[in-house]
Amino acid sequence: MAKQLIKGNEAVVYGALLGGATHFFGYPITPASEIAHAAAEYFVSTGRCFLQAEDEVNAVNMLYGAASAGGRVMTASSGPGIALMSEGLSYLAGAELPAVVVDVQRAGPGLGNIWPEQADYNMVVKGGGHGNYRNIVLAPVSAQEMCDFAYRAFELADRYRMTVFILADAYIGQIMEAVEVPTKVLHSPRKDWALYGDRESRHNLITSILMNTELLYHHNKKLQEKYARLERELVEWEEYDTSDAEFLFVAYGISARISLSVVRELRRLNLKAGLLRPRTLYPFPGARIAELSRQVDQMAVVELSNGQMAADVELAAKRPVLKYNWMGGKVPSIEEVLELARQDMKQTATVRG
Amino acid sequence: MVKHAKPKTFYDTFERRGAGEKNTTYCPGCGHGNAHKLIAEVIDELGIQDRVIFCSPVGCSVFAYYYFDTGNVQCSHGRAPAVATGLARARDNAVVISYQGDGDLAGIGMGAIMHAANRGEHMAVFFINNAIYGMTGGQMAPTTLVGQKTTTTPFGRTPGREGYPIHMCELINELQAPVYIERVSLGDAARIMRAKRAVKQALLNQVHKKGFSFVEILSPCPINWKMTPIEARKWLIETMEPLFPVKVFRNIEEPSVKYEPPKLLSDEELVALFSATKEIEIPVSPREVEDQYIKIAGFGGQGVMSAGVFLANCAIKEGFNATWLPSYGPEMRGGTANASVIISNNQIGTPLVSSPNVLIAMNAPSLDTFENTVVPGGLVIVNSSLVPRKLRREDVQTIYAPVTEIAKDVGLIAAASVVALTLYACISGAVQIETIKKVIPLSLKKKALVDINLKAVEAAVEYYQKNIE
Repeated sequence: MAKQLIKGNEAVVYGALLGGATHFFGYPITPASEIAHAAAEYFVSTGRCFLQAEDEVNAVNMLYGAASAGGRVMTASSGPGIALMSEGLSYLAGAELPAVVVDVQRAGPGLGNIWPEQADYNMVVKGGGHGNYRNIVLAPVSAQEMCDFAYRAFELADRYRMTVFILADAYIGQIMEAVEVPTKVLHSPRKDWALYGDRESRHNLITSILMNTELLYHHNKKLQEKYARLERELVEWEEYDTSDAEFLFVAYGISARISLSVVRELRRLNLKAGLLRPRTLYPFPGARIAELSRQVDQMAVVELSNGQMAADVELAAKRPVLKYNWMGGKVPSIEEVLELARQDMKQTATVRG
Repeated sequence: MVKHAKPKTFYDTFERRGAGEKNTTYCPGCGHGNAHKLIAEVIDELGIQDRVIFCSPVGCSVFAYYYFDTGNVQCSHGRAPAVATGLARARDNAVVISYQGDGDLAGIGMGAIMHAANRGEHMAVFFINNAIYGMTGGQMAPTTLVGQKTTTTPFGRTPGREGYPIHMCELINELQAPVYIERVSLGDAARIMRAKRAVKQALLNQVHKKGFSFVEILSPCPINWKMTPIEARKWLIETMEPLFPVKVFRNIEEPSVKYEPPKLLSDEELVALFSATKEIEIPVSPREVEDQYIKIAGFGGQGVMSAGVFLANCAIKEGFNATWLPSYGPEMRGGTANASVIISNNQIGTPLVSSPNVLIAMNAPSLDTFENTVVPGGLVIVNSSLVPRKLRREDVQTIYAPVTEIAKDVGLIAAASVVALTLYACISGAVQIETIKKVIPLSLKKKALVDINLKAVEAAVEYYQKNIE
């Protein structure tokens, strides 16, 4: 076992380069800048391309260009920067170009602050830019998953020809912990649709414009079919203590780690709590949530937002859920969440009694 | 009569437009047709058709890929230079063309073009300046002339309201990196020949990897100018050219920056670069320890952040799970800094330590801030060199040790955090002194620093044995 202590924001770069990343285009923003720092060091020293763009609008268009040329491309930013990239992300989706985007979420709206929030959920999980498109969204919970998801992300992006988001938060980016790094380098095969500046690829066209309504209709249909396929193929989640759970937490990222600590405390008190942690936010593990919803008495979504994921949980569970929300960069302690859960559990008991 | 053959870089029929289609989308008398033809002819002459990747913009030339039998990328409005940057940085054999109009390049895309130029990207930019927005219906462009009537300047462009026309060649000529900048005109046959030479120079520069080349092409738009094609060419020469001088702004034969392809690391080298050091064998089944929720706090410069990293590193070398989370941001500058470290045999939940069972307080404000957060029965190590007071509670185990003085005695005040960690290790047994000694040489680059830190460990152990144990 060869483990090393790495920061999440650095592990994501290790994973990316081992996963075959060829290009990083980005613009600094706290709390994602460390990714650019690590990329500047390692993309350049390994002969790959790192470029600090003039802004996020152009960074994402550099991804568009390098992805058109068959590269495995990535960028990293935080909410305000991702918002600026929305135009380009829509174009990437329209042209079906593969790209990897890391969003280390900070608190908003506006300039907000640099502390963790999970309020980019709607923007990233639902699409963000204009048009009927989705992104694959992976939600890492640790430095290890920052590495693992980045490693896999390029394969997924290539397979589905779409943008893969790694939706982290300021804590998952800042955390240092033991990481086991992959020992095999992945490479992109030659893509028959990409432009290599040679005869074989000369007839290829990368575009998102289809003036004919019939053609654009079919293009949209094709995209929706692709999304339906990946909803069948790609959904991932993790469960802790759910088999006999009566109280289910649903949370991702840093909130899932807090929830895990809370579940342990509740179990110590002989209270039957469990946790479902989506590893993919799109596709969303709605079917499993619906199943568990029939088993448990109560569900609580712990989230650093105004309940953005909770809306999806309610949609899946077809019932209201408890919303334990923190905003503005405030991150709850174990005790705070524990207290809320105990209150709510007591209330259910009273109603039942 | 000479029959002008269609350049082979054009498709015979424009199938992307429609089956058997032979006509372009351009209006009668439009300059795009001329400009396209010049580019296609030069591509033929240079024999680079397979290598060309053509970036079409948003504007009248949005469908350039209907016509050019080359690699094609359609870009969003104004961003073609960024897309071309990505292409050029991915395929060094490619000849990358960014073809843009005045709204696209000098309006929405001003940032993109200036920065691509400033980086000296390997691309040829053909900038069609017709002083008006064509496709969207004749609105004012950044290059619209003073007094010129458009659909958004119905009374003529007024400097007090809309400012003055932007001169792109002149702007780009202020930058150091571009190798070639020329403004040409499509006003008449002689000018068109001159324009072709400019197109050729720009593309040759790409073949020879010379760098960023910019050709501004003054081009007629009879429909939106509300003129006949003949009137439009006349207006181009008589009215536009005096304001946009047709000339070579720059032509550098030998660019000072030479293109060098990157040296790619092999897979083996890449794996080696990111592999963990194997100097220390990590045990598969570590000892049992009580969960350690540690807060290390002090002032900036006391090394509490790196002490936390060091401690987490020692813990993982013993096979434990460990996390480190900093306090960061503005509060790091000046005030107290603190790190949360958790050591456990189990998977670690939240990495944020809000109720520590270990507090290492390196200065007085840290003790003030965190004293009350420690759980009853917890351990508090106080740096008595800098903290004059005692704890205000009695339900915790407290160790007062002159950490800074011990470090000073071995000759390095900055080793204070290592002294504190060593004391913590001695008292808690959570990590072993041997591990600390093994990890120090892996964490520090300078041999002298390694030695002095090892001495600090010895001094701390000695202090522990004499005064605490």
